[in-house]
Amino acid sequence: MSSATPSAPEAGAGLFSRTKTIPAVGPILVLLAFCLVFAVTNPRFLAPHNLSIILQQTIVVGTLAIGQTLVILTAGIDLAVGAICVLGTIVAGKMVNLGYDPMLSMLFAAILCTLSGLIAGALVSRLDLPPFIVTLGTLGILTAALRLISKGGAFPVQDDFLGLTGNTFRIGSFVLTYGVLAMLLLYAIVWYLLNETRWGRHLYAIGNNPEAARLVGIPVRLHLLQVYALAGLIYGITAWLALGRIPNADPNALQTANLDSITAVVIGGTSLFGGRGGLVGTLIGALIVGVLRNGLTLAGIDPLWQDLVTGILVIVAVAFDQLSRRRR
Amino acid sequence: MSALASAPNQPGDSVRNVLEARNLVKSYGHVVALDGVDFDLRAGEILAVVGDNGAGKSTLIKTLTGAVVPDSGEILLDGQPVHFKGPLDARHRGIEAVYQDLAVAPALDIPSNLFLGRELLSPGILGSVFRRLDKRRMREMAAEAMADLKFRLPSITSRVENLSGGQRQGVAVARAAVFARKLVIMDEPTAALGVRETGQVLELIRAIRDRGLPVVLISHNMPNVFELADRICIMRLGKRAAVVSPKSHTMADVVAIMTGAVKVEAG
Amino acid sequence: MQTSHHDRSRHVLPQFMAGCAVFALAFGLVGAVGISYAHAEDVIVGLVTKTEVNPFFVKMRQAAEAEAQTKGLKLIARAGKFDGDNEGQVAAIEDLISAGAKGILVTPNNSSGMLGVIKKARDAGVLVIALDTATDPADAVDATFATDNLEAGVQQGAYAKAALGDKKPVIAMLDGTPGGTVDTFRHDGFLKGFGIAEGDPAIAGAAITNGAQDKAQVGMENLLSKNGDINVVYTINEPAAAGGYQALKSFGMEKDVILTSIDGGCAGVRNVKAGIIAATVMQFPYKMASMGVDAVAEYAATGKKPSGFINTGSYLITDKPMPGLDSKDSEWGLQNCWGD
Repeated sequence: MSSATPSAPEAGAGLFSRTKTIPAVGPILVLLAFCLVFAVTNPRFLAPHNLSIILQQTIVVGTLAIGQTLVILTAGIDLAVGAICVLGTIVAGKMVNLGYDPMLSMLFAAILCTLSGLIAGALVSRLDLPPFIVTLGTLGILTAALRLISKGGAFPVQDDFLGLTGNTFRIGSFVLTYGVLAMLLLYAIVWYLLNETRWGRHLYAIGNNPEAARLVGIPVRLHLLQVYALAGLIYGITAWLALGRIPNADPNALQTANLDSITAVVIGGTSLFGGRGGLVGTLIGALIVGVLRNGLTLAGIDPLWQDLVTGILVIVAVAFDQLSRRRR
Repeated sequence: MSALASAPNQPGDSVRNVLEARNLVKSYGHVVALDGVDFDLRAGEILAVVGDNGAGKSTLIKTLTGAVVPDSGEILLDGQPVHFKGPLDARHRGIEAVYQDLAVAPALDIPSNLFLGRELLSPGILGSVFRRLDKRRMREMAAEAMADLKFRLPSITSRVENLSGGQRQGVAVARAAVFARKLVIMDEPTAALGVRETGQVLELIRAIRDRGLPVVLISHNMPNVFELADRICIMRLGKRAAVVSPKSHTMADVVAIMTGAVKVEAG
Repeated sequence: MQTSHHDRSRHVLPQFMAGCAVFALAFGLVGAVGISYAHAEDVIVGLVTKTEVNPFFVKMRQAAEAEAQTKGLKLIARAGKFDGDNEGQVAAIEDLISAGAKGILVTPNNSSGMLGVIKKARDAGVLVIALDTATDPADAVDATFATDNLEAGVQQGAYAKAALGDKKPVIAMLDGTPGGTVDTFRHDGFLKGFGIAEGDPAIAGAAITNGAQDKAQVGMENLLSKNGDINVVYTINEPAAAGGYQALKSFGMEKDVILTSIDGGCAGVRNVKAGIIAATVMQFPYKMASMGVDAVAEYAATGKKPSGFINTGSYLITDKPMPGLDSKDSEWGLQNCWGD
């Protein structure tokens, strides 16, 4: 067959062979299975109010996981996601409390976050330092710096603009916050970037086989730099969403956001070895964690089970990735 | 429409040189890698470059693909002098290279690999403003290119990692064939492959030549060289020792020239 | 097409296995859930502690469970992921509102961070009581059942002052997490009880311990290296005291220094008995929890809400009592302590 009809072999081949063309089918099945179970055990689970709560609880880690996905797709890892985001909340909060224009403050905070990502990206791409170490260092530096800036204390941030993303709107009986909308919008934009543009194609190629990417003329180092800077910008935007969700700038916040975001990415089926996976899976992964936590509470089960089940899912996801790579 | 760029190949033009190099010199400190090498590639031929390790064939190829800038000497492409400052320069001039290690992205599908680094954008505002990839056109052109090369693949949308080693290298070769306007340079393209898979790739190389594109083939594998090559360029000690025809010389002759057991007037 | 067919068969098995695994997991949960979710009409009381690991909160949870059982309520317990995890506690309260809780007992990790969600709960008719740690402002919740940490700090400081006698004080402060409400109250209370102000030259230095033994040990070692004359040590809690003691011992100074603490955990009381800690101030987590559950039961039955700050009390525990300071001995302490 000389492939005159490219799509023919895929047609009518049944559910399973088509799974490779539908992204994140495994995670989606897991999510649906849990939703089914929780809906059966407690009818409150499907109440619009409760589903809206789950979405709102997903905002911060879910949005951070967008940046984390980009970094992991390049075969890197970002341990500083939470710290960079907290940098954003503290700087924006502090500036507003000092009387600066809120929009300007948030913009400045987001630029600082982008810069943090850019510096990490420069160290990774120019000096070839391992991402794990670079972002671990960034995490330490920022954590200490933030405690110094804030003198260790959290402070409330009462400002209409900074709290904007916490405002609600109504779709039928669903009450959602603008933060949820912003998260989904960011997912859509970055999804487009990853799947429909050269930039995304090249990102996958770099994660897959950096040498091949270099040989076809992709500027690998520059691309890595862009990835980390974009991730930093996303963490900065998350800072705004975080302030909308909880109007409190807290240097102790988001200490586990790095592992939580990695969990979402991994459960979503993105490979830690880079070049495989995508954003649909990450969103589903973040929702799975949120649904588990909420559903178990509604069912009256000890939420420690959430950590246990999440742990199992992470291992299962990584095992599938490893097995499917080994067969090749 | 053919996805393959076709090189002009008029009758009576068979000795036209597509690529020429004159008196190339390249040294690394005290080590002279190229010691005044001449080189010529004719339209529509497969030219094999052979030589022992350290004979300079690798440096020669790098100067032709732009990866190495020679200390002196000149390179002529279609009779015009060119100065490659990097691999991208050479590529922009229509020279494509295929490497020994499979330079493909395994998790991407065949069209994505074929067009990697040279993706097509959608027409109109979708492409110019939103930078949207034209996946359908790339898929159609990839299918067409594979059909032109008579290269058998399970499905054009397969991920490359689901292909055999030979098929993967086939994708890399096809990529070079699709985008090369002047010539294709292949650096040990079958070194990582088994016998059967090597056969697949050799067929592809022949198909490229038959489409009118000249091919420079670097190989250690003498039987392959004798099976494919129209002429054989033998390198020794940083010089071109000889150019012979596989019809007039045996493998033993070539090896003898390579190792210096037989001296030939440089041609 | 042969290769293609081969491809497909390689995809079927793992996908099938994944499907099986997911459904086994899910239906295993159904079983577990089916049992525990037997009485849908129970009055639900939610408990949100700072973390899962601290024995103080374990004791609180056990007491709440026991009390809930006696009163015929259903307790759902949640916790922050780490000390200071505000986001996790906010999510927990949201989930408990969704679950239809009648009352929520919370030990806030951050006194101002969860005001929004507490308001949401109260607007939905849920009774919210802060345990152990007050919110800021304190009237954000219906009532607060807690140790008066300032008073507990004063007790600790007054004891240290009395035990030191006429000697010139050189004080090391093993603080918890800077900015924490409880930390601030205890720290300030200690200084008040000792009769000095913040910044007094008698304070040789402070270390951040996060209330953890290992960090306290390192912090104390560094403080001792800086100043070998230290003779009084304030600690945020008993694990910090244990860490401080290790450091003192390695400097050979454990006999010369008055080590004081707060908490009343059983390990801490045993350290009092062993003479490692001179005195500790005991607080009563089980009282906070059981009083909280009682208040929710009462609210469910009669609609009556408690209000204001209700001190659950604190006792000085020491085997070397000082004249003029009310205290209990370690035997009494061991009968009333929390944890193992």
